[in-house]
Amino acid sequence: MAEVLVLVDHVDGAVRKPTLELLTLARRIGDPVAVHLGAGADTAAPVLAEHGAVKVLTADAPEFTDYLVVPKVDALQAAAAAVSPVAVLVPSSAEGKEIAARLALRLGSGIITDAVDVTAGDEGPVATQSVFAAAFTTRSRVTRGVPVITVKPNSAPVEAAPAAGAVEPLEVVFGELATGTKVVSRTPRQSTGRPELTEAAIVVSGGRGVNGAENFSLIEELADSLGAAVGASRAAVDAGWYPHSNQVGQTGKSVSPQLYVANGISGAIQHRAGMQTSKTIVAVNKDAEAPIFDLVDYGVVGDLFQVVPQLTAEIKARKG
Amino acid sequence: MSLRIVVAVKYVPDATGDRHFADDLTTDREAVDGLLSELDEYAVEQALQIADAADDAEITVLTVGPEDARDALRKALSMGADKAVHVEDDELHGTDAIGTSLVLAKAVEHIGYDLVVTGMASTDGTAGVVPALLAERLGIPQVTLLSEVAVSGGKVTGRRDGDAASEQLEASLPALVSVTDQSGEARYPSFKGIMAAKKKPVESLDLSDLGIDAADVGLGGAWTAVQDATQRPARTAGTIVKDEGEGGKQLAAYLAEQKFI
Ligand SMILES: Cc1cc2nc3c(=O)[nH]c(=O)nc-3n(C[C@H](O)[C@H](O)[C@H](O)COP(=O)(O)OP(=O)(O)OC[C@H]3O[C@@H](n4cnc5c(N)ncnc54)[C@H](O)[C@@H]3O)c2cc1C
Ligand SMILES: Nc1ncnc2c1ncn2[C@@H]1O[C@H](COP(=O)(O)O)[C@@H](O)[C@H]1O
Repeated sequence: MAEVLVLVDHVDGAVRKPTLELLTLARRIGDPVAVHLGAGADTAAPVLAEHGAVKVLTADAPEFTDYLVVPKVDALQAAAAAVSPVAVLVPSSAEGKEIAARLALRLGSGIITDAVDVTAGDEGPVATQSVFAAAFTTRSRVTRGVPVITVKPNSAPVEAAPAAGAVEPLEVVFGELATGTKVVSRTPRQSTGRPELTEAAIVVSGGRGVNGAENFSLIEELADSLGAAVGASRAAVDAGWYPHSNQVGQTGKSVSPQLYVANGISGAIQHRAGMQTSKTIVAVNKDAEAPIFDLVDYGVVGDLFQVVPQLTAEIKARKG
Repeated sequence: MSLRIVVAVKYVPDATGDRHFADDLTTDREAVDGLLSELDEYAVEQALQIADAADDAEITVLTVGPEDARDALRKALSMGADKAVHVEDDELHGTDAIGTSLVLAKAVEHIGYDLVVTGMASTDGTAGVVPALLAERLGIPQVTLLSEVAVSGGKVTGRRDGDAASEQLEASLPALVSVTDQSGEARYPSFKGIMAAKKKPVESLDLSDLGIDAADVGLGGAWTAVQDATQRPARTAGTIVKDEGEGGKQLAAYLAEQKFI
């Protein structure tokens, strides 16, 4: 059967959830071949096999961590040459999109970014995208070359589908451009112990209405009572109340959880762009006219300083 | 020697307008007013700051787009860029990111450059792939998604805040830089700037000027095709309650009913 390359997103071999979702999608089109770059392939390979990888191509070299983007493009290009895949699926992270773009150009292939679904079609894979701040849904195809598609987190279920997952080393020869941009230093982001924003089943966000960094503890307590990730509007981030890494929206993270809880957020188009595809949306806002209420399944018009603590207490009580 | 900076800016439909698709499934650029993509204002701002810090620099703003895209160039010129290049050709209608990067690459080479600056993503397409594609085509280092950037001694340095880590990057010129909306507020054009912009040169180029075959761009030259576009059904109106002291409990009851608790 035709093979589909899947670029693995991982932290030292700990495979991130979106990659497992890609394996689910890849199995609809063909046999997934995972490409694992950097350290930790031993840890990753059994997990990838468990989720459908028929083969795991691995390469490790200092270039992958010491230089930006291009070494991974060289490696993925080598994988494409080795396998002749019918499609290449890449996680839609900032880095993933850049890798995919350069790869597509080298392969002479079209690229589709930020797909929220991928299905098999008569003329190759069909990718669904959500555009214009999720006002429209489009379906597109790559008409030239090997389709290169980047896929957003939460686009498919993670499914167990045991396969051979044979590990094979990948031969990579780095080109001249590989060492063009040096990573001089790297400061890992501190873990909060909460779920990853883009992968979380529930996201609880705070906006300008939270009115101060210290008040974000209210949002965090609500999030923790639900086992949720914490998000913030750009207004809250710009005010310095919460880190930019938690921003939801056009220039922050795009999330698509089962439940999105917006607190003190008006619902500007740029915020909606990052959360409108959430399954269930609820909001607390003291302004009954706030546009966020156009999106909600359930909304409370009220002061978040009253409503949120009561909600948290009630959730804790119900959970016992 | 003068530092030659080219800033690529896109003219986009206003995101707060009611954006639609045209019959050929390209972005409808008639229905909604256009403007300089807000995210490209950050690129112009950083270019201006880099130019200020250099002994001698010249900033060219470049756009690929329809006639109205000239407005975006005017805005960038009024912010302080020195000159502008507008690539305009009927054959460009429907060009995808791969094609856009081809046109930008040819235009940047035509202009001459040491540093190319772009925004992080366009506010209509939001793909965020043109910078990487352009660097690949030009064969120069990409130093992208920077929240801080500086140029000195023939080197670009900057900070990239990624998902897992914050990275300090470095590359030699010539290089391509893209900047995020965390890089610092863009200045407003001053009255003086607006007046001065009227006298600044805007060069107009078409595909033949750049030696580009029309078959490689436009809807026909695109390597992807949109099959269909459907408007997302409006969300069915939800339940809205006014907090009379029990709002939190009511919301909790709803969440329990939906099995979130
Ligand atoms: C190019 C561009 C990109 C952008 N990208 C993003 C992005 O990625 N993410 C993003 O979020 N924004 C983004 N924005 C900004 C966006 O336009 C809005 O300005 C922003 O989302 C507003 O944040 P907010 O809803 O928290 O604040 P506001 O719009 O000020 O709304 C605050 C809300 O809180 C309510 N409130 C106040 N006090 C209380 C209280 N005590 N109890 C209950 N409710 C209360 C108010 O009624 C109001 O509705 C972008 C803008 C541009 C131009
Ligand atoms: N038509 C265009 N003309 C000039 N610059 C563009 C054009 N399209 C994209 N760009 C540049 O590429 C960046 C990323 O765009 P995109 O990949 O479309 O999201 C933008 O912020 C611009 O700097």
